Amino acid sequence: MSRLEISNLRVLFPTDDGLVKATNDVDLGIEEGENLGLIGESGSGKTVLGMAILRLLPKDARVEGVVRFNGRDLLSLREEEMRRVRGREIVMILQNPTSALNPVLTVGSQIEEVLRLHKGVDKRSARKRVVELLKMVRIRDASKRVRDYPHQFSGGMKERAMIAMALASDPTLIIADEPTKGLDVTVKREILKLLKEVTERKSMLFITHDLASAAEICERIAVMYAGEILEVAKTEDLLDDPLHPYTEGFLNSLPSRGLKPIRGIGPSLIDLPHGCKFHPRCDHATEVCMREHPPMLQIEDGRQVRCFLHA
Amino acid sequence: MLAYISKRILLIMPALLFVSIISFSMVYLAPGDPAEILLMSPEGSPSPEAIDAFRVRMGLDQPIYVQYLRWLDNVIHGDFGYSYMSERPVADAIMKSFKATLKLSFVSMIVSIVVSIPLGIMAAVKHNTIIDDLCRFGALIGVSIPNFWQAFLLILLFSVYLDWLPVAGYGDGGDLKHMILPAITLGTSSAAVTARLMRSSLLEALSQDYIITARAKGLPEKIVIGKHALKNALIPVVTILGLNLGFLLNGAVVTEWIFGWPGIGDLVVDSIYQRDYTVIQGSILFIAVIFVILNLIVDISYTYLNPRIRYEIVD
Amino acid sequence: MRSWIKNRNILIGLIIISSLIIIAAFAPQVAPHDPTEVNSMVRLQPPSKEYPFGTDHMGRCILSRIVYGARISLLVGVAVISGSLFIGIVLGTISGYFGGLADDVIMRLVDGFLAIPSMFLALALAGTLGPGMVNLMIALIAVEWTSYARVVRGSILSVKEQDFVEATRGLGASDLYILVRHILPNIISPVIVIATLGIGYAILAAAGLSFLGFGVQPPTPEWGSMLDDGRLFMRKAPYIMVFPGLAIMITVLAFNFLGDGLRDEMDPRFRKEIPH
Repeated sequence: MSRLEISNLRVLFPTDDGLVKATNDVDLGIEEGENLGLIGESGSGKTVLGMAILRLLPKDARVEGVVRFNGRDLLSLREEEMRRVRGREIVMILQNPTSALNPVLTVGSQIEEVLRLHKGVDKRSARKRVVELLKMVRIRDASKRVRDYPHQFSGGMKERAMIAMALASDPTLIIADEPTKGLDVTVKREILKLLKEVTERKSMLFITHDLASAAEICERIAVMYAGEILEVAKTEDLLDDPLHPYTEGFLNSLPSRGLKPIRGIGPSLIDLPHGCKFHPRCDHATEVCMREHPPMLQIEDGRQVRCFLHA
Repeated sequence: MLAYISKRILLIMPALLFVSIISFSMVYLAPGDPAEILLMSPEGSPSPEAIDAFRVRMGLDQPIYVQYLRWLDNVIHGDFGYSYMSERPVADAIMKSFKATLKLSFVSMIVSIVVSIPLGIMAAVKHNTIIDDLCRFGALIGVSIPNFWQAFLLILLFSVYLDWLPVAGYGDGGDLKHMILPAITLGTSSAAVTARLMRSSLLEALSQDYIITARAKGLPEKIVIGKHALKNALIPVVTILGLNLGFLLNGAVVTEWIFGWPGIGDLVVDSIYQRDYTVIQGSILFIAVIFVILNLIVDISYTYLNPRIRYEIVD
Repeated sequence: MRSWIKNRNILIGLIIISSLIIIAAFAPQVAPHDPTEVNSMVRLQPPSKEYPFGTDHMGRCILSRIVYGARISLLVGVAVISGSLFIGIVLGTISGYFGGLADDVIMRLVDGFLAIPSMFLALALAGTLGPGMVNLMIALIAVEWTSYARVVRGSILSVKEQDFVEATRGLGASDLYILVRHILPNIISPVIVIATLGIGYAILAAAGLSFLGFGVQPPTPEWGSMLDDGRLFMRKAPYIMVFPGLAIMITVLAFNFLGDGLRDEMDPRFRKEIPH
């Protein structure tokens, strides 16, 4: 059974320049215990998608569709009920821990807060548990560092603290938004290892623009472009045999595969291209791609692709 | 931390030296000979002998730089000279009126904080609603209203029509009854500024990522705002204490004079009316020193409150 | 530009300010009476058809005095800010662009001026220089110029290090060319905002000093000194003080509206952000 089932999710932001269509009819499922990678360039709508699940978007955002979690539609819950899902059953690790941690509260107290809120533990045992959690994410001298403020932590340590905070309530789903962004290679590797370890029995939506990281810890990967999912496949399949021209281009632009960028730039989310959103940049585009919007095609093994080439 | 404080103190020295020069030169900015003007009486111009005698007595016969250095030396030792008018020590007059100003400022500050902080928070939390608009409009009125006019309106309402409070005066050593109207008058403009800063500071904090983190934890909005946002938003508001100080002191000039509150503002206005230059010199210098020191204290406490800056300085 | 018109604060501010300018410009046509005409027959009259805002203790028409007073207040406000802008821009530019000793001296000077609470400095200067409109303006410029010098210096420092300025210099452009062509356009918006707010402050402070008797002298109609005139007749004829005070407040409010609106439009922090 799917842990999380997103269907027809659409997020719109009214702005002075027009309606920004951040995500368009996204369908996506995450299985129990699965790590799903969501990759895409910045502006592809992947962060918006993550925040829409937890209903953390600004008030003026229009969110339509269904987000079913353990059988309940999160989008139709009352705010009170939603609050009991946030931080307890689903947690989100926001990108950039430097701004995501409150600068005037100690790291320890920010983690403690989760324990007190969702686990109902008293102050003393909460403190003890915080140290354990920090030890678990391998922060040295944890018993001393709990009293530190975020700026006294290095970038990697802040990320670890974010992970510890996410684990505090023992959630079933973790949404991690670019947790390795801006970290140097060794630290990145350690963080990935840690994430993989701690999500052993949990589901995770791993949002990133870094395919290599996603490949390392995710069983399946979804590719997002201009607010749409273009391809979903098992990690090995996606790497070995990308079906969508965009996925192929994305792979070819990686340093390990020759650094060949996709021509052109991503479309404006206000004036999306007609037909296939990728056709202006696609080398295989035909007349039908300009005219018609390709449906999501179901290929064997649960693979999905949104491209007329495979129709 | 200590090194930082001493560096800051060192930096304000040139400013204070400059202030002493400005204060001292007040006498020479005025048109005419101070001795002659001061000795002017209804019976006619003073005799040249009388003028000379007065000059020698007041040290006005020396070259300017000698007068300045002597004055500065005295001032540093707490001797501000003698009033031309009353011939009593200027330092006594300043201390006495400063006490009255301090008392009034303290109460005004409380009035200002009690009004402004809740208003600012309300406006930010109800951002872009009619409540926000009303708070912002009220704050704009607060900074735009001339305090001498506001004083008049308050007197008209509470003293003339309702007869609840005295029109003016110090009462029995500055009692609360006499303090209410001047404190409201003085508190208004600083309250307006504080409320605006509180609002924008809280809005800024609410737009930060850590607020999303707090919401993602499932914290109720009360805690998200009251703890996570407010703790950050209040840090810049502390600097407003310094700004408030400026508003309170500036407002004191007209407000004290209107309400006959014998503070330093009232003293300066009166001594200018009477061309009592030693008092003007002394009180301007005194008020500047107090102002600079208080601002320094505010700066240091700001540094201390903000953990990010605090540790940078210590390390 | 489109959104500027949509900004309510800017719109309200502009409407009030332009009305004031029109009233001031056409004062002889707008005012029902000669503002200085003394008439002992109609002393302290409450508002009537003939005298819509009543008359003062000398039988002068308060409405006419307020209308003419708009000239004085706007003139003082604009003159003080122009003078302060001039001094502030010159010194701030020297300080920010050339740095070094000039910067040190100018900045210590600014510190010195800022060390004295502004109303005390203005009062002491206006008081010792003697009453009169010119002395009033000098006193207010002395307290106002520092903010412009600081803003200009700060903006120049931040613009100076940017790549395009470096690039222009690399191409052999002169200091003056760089300043006029590249730096001034970049500092213009913060300066416009504080100048707008500054006019309001200057009008308020000028009225305060005139109220104390250190500014514009009678019989010139000035709002602050009209309030002073009315003080003694507060019980008998409160309207003498009500209308001039209202005039000051509305004028200052208009400049604050405009300045606030401009700041909101120019400050990029208030622009909308969408997570990505």
